[in-house]
Amino acid sequence: MTLGIALFEGFWPLLGIKLLAVVMVMLGFALVIIYAELKVMAHMQARIGPYFAGGRWGWAQPLADALKFLQKEDLVPREADALVFRLAPAVSLMATVAVFVVIPFSPSLIARDLDLGVFYALAIASVGTIGVLMAGWASANKYSLMGGLRAAAQLIAYELPLVLAVAAVVVQAGTMSMMGIVEAQGTSALYTIPGTGIALPFIMVGQVVAFVVFMIAALAELSRIPFDLPIAESELVFGYLTEYSGIRFTMFFLAEYAGMFALSAIAATLFLGGWYFPGLDPAIFGPFVLMGKVSLLVFVMIWVRVTWPRMRADQLQSIAWRWLVPIALANLLVTATFKVVF
Amino acid sequence: MIGFDPRVAMHHADTQVSVELQTQDMTLNLGPQHPSTHGVLRLVARVSGERVESVEPVIGYMHRGYEKLAEVRTYPQITALVNRIDWVSGFANEIAFVTAAERLMGLEVPERAQYIRLILTEMTRISSHLLFLSSFPLELGAATPLMFALRDRERILDLIEGVTGGRFHPNFNRLGGVKPAAGGGSTQKGVSQDLPRGFLEETRRAVTHVYRVCDEIDTLITGNEIFHERTRGIGIIPAEKALEYGVSGPNLRASGVRFDLRKVEDYLPYHRFEWQVPAGTVGDCFDRYLVRMEELRQSASIIEQAVDSIPAGPLQAKVPRVIKVPPGEVYVRAENPKGEMGYHLISGGGRIPYRLKIRSASFSNLSILPWLLRDALVPDIIAILGSLDFVLGDVDR
Repeated sequence: MTLGIALFEGFWPLLGIKLLAVVMVMLGFALVIIYAELKVMAHMQARIGPYFAGGRWGWAQPLADALKFLQKEDLVPREADALVFRLAPAVSLMATVAVFVVIPFSPSLIARDLDLGVFYALAIASVGTIGVLMAGWASANKYSLMGGLRAAAQLIAYELPLVLAVAAVVVQAGTMSMMGIVEAQGTSALYTIPGTGIALPFIMVGQVVAFVVFMIAALAELSRIPFDLPIAESELVFGYLTEYSGIRFTMFFLAEYAGMFALSAIAATLFLGGWYFPGLDPAIFGPFVLMGKVSLLVFVMIWVRVTWPRMRADQLQSIAWRWLVPIALANLLVTATFKVVF
Repeated sequence: MIGFDPRVAMHHADTQVSVELQTQDMTLNLGPQHPSTHGVLRLVARVSGERVESVEPVIGYMHRGYEKLAEVRTYPQITALVNRIDWVSGFANEIAFVTAAERLMGLEVPERAQYIRLILTEMTRISSHLLFLSSFPLELGAATPLMFALRDRERILDLIEGVTGGRFHPNFNRLGGVKPAAGGGSTQKGVSQDLPRGFLEETRRAVTHVYRVCDEIDTLITGNEIFHERTRGIGIIPAEKALEYGVSGPNLRASGVRFDLRKVEDYLPYHRFEWQVPAGTVGDCFDRYLVRMEELRQSASIIEQAVDSIPAGPLQAKVPRVIKVPPGEVYVRAENPKGEMGYHLISGGGRIPYRLKIRSASFSNLSILPWLLRDALVPDIIAILGSLDFVLGDVDR
């Protein structure tokens, strides 16, 4: 009898349960986002989208796709560096999953509230690109190599504005803990409308610029249109994914969509007030509020994908270095000045 | 006797690797299986990073020997062959060939048949250009115009199918007219058994959809900043270069040369309608896109006018049961959606041609590629290929 309880005591079992929960939740979100993209894109493009799988509105389409991919042969090209080739999707997916550790869903629902939560999230999110680079290098395919190198160049260019945009938020909140940043937005008297008790998220107290820079850089980090150069199916066949099939392809695929969720959740936490919404008890509604904000951002990402063409590598670099970095720096400067003066 | 020595083989492989590492360039083999080469075009590109040093197009994967086949086929059989040259504009391919044979035979095509030919040719042009409007933005990463354009292209294809029985390969032209319906076509005014019932009204409706989809794609993509960045000043063909290489069709007009065979030649009664020949100024990818967009509207307008004024009458001139073409030599060219399509027909008299030389638009349009793609970037290769709007069947025949 005590055996059953003992299983849930101690460090390792608990860690295992937490990890399992994070992975399952993350995969669930990824599937939902894949379905949302299929449907939203379809309706924006005068199509219906998946309709039959699952019986109603094709809700089971992502599951069916995943099952199909699982059945496919896991091919490794003869010339490929087999170990790196096999490892790459795991690195990519692991990095994205690890971001979920620090995302606060409500005042108590967080896997781990690190003191350096923001730093951790950004650092671990960019590890995913190493997986992409590994895939590009190990595939022994020229298109894959070009895709991987493009991804690396893109990461270097867009990591900087991303971090600078976040730095402004960190300065404003005075903490690097994700939970602390949400609390600074939701409960701080400093950012509350006098008399009403309604606290304003950072996007409404001067961080609009940082938010826009963050979202553009996030699109580039995720390699989504208009920054999907590493894949660029019309140029590089399928970029770094060209040689992948079966379960490994699925892992990259899931990593992309989980990444969408992760970066949207970070953006919602840093700029839109996370689980906080005036008048709703965060202990109960927190997760739903965050979901709502994330859905909004994901919808915008899908919308952008449907609307815009793809950029060229040199244009992408020029946007990062000539526009986003100076703007983010100026924003950081202004934020810091205000913080010191007031 | 020299046996296989793995050590020698390994050594050989090592030297190859080291040689490859020493060179700066990489040979990138685009195609023949590649999503953006419109079929089986192969480009052997020497690239340094993303910059292209030189490009050598390799063609011939789609060669079907139609010129030779035409020498052992009767004239009515050849229309089925030429359908498949440029397979997205099958009907337009037939016109010039049939006209060539008719000129040798001295046949006068009835008015109504000419109008039907004209309407279907312009529909073919619309379907071909709508395909361009879908594939070109797609190659630049914008997927939505594809869905819009294909949706309304389907209406046009349905109409073509309704008249001819085939969406892509109508094989509808006969020497001396078009295929008569059961009952011999209409000879009285007001009776039209030759076209499906309601065809003219449906055509008017489909044409309004063409205008609408043009406007939709216009608002979606033409003013887009990224689209401009990707197409403006990319792949510029100056007018004199275009003429040197024999570029024709919308690609030539985008370079500023207002030359349209529909205005110059008289193979179909285009002179009876009011329409413009759109032309670009710079000759870059953006101009080629704009010219095709405007041509769509002009074609729609031509169809509207033709539908309004289509005369009644027979569909076929009097032709003998066994078609024999008198000896002679003729060259007829027509404005195909892709450019100038010409047939040089030599008849020795009899049921089969002595020689048929096909001048296809895409072949000449592609010949400019090595000049055009020098110093381009890899993404620009795709943009330029897309903007030239070629079909491999039209290149290789």
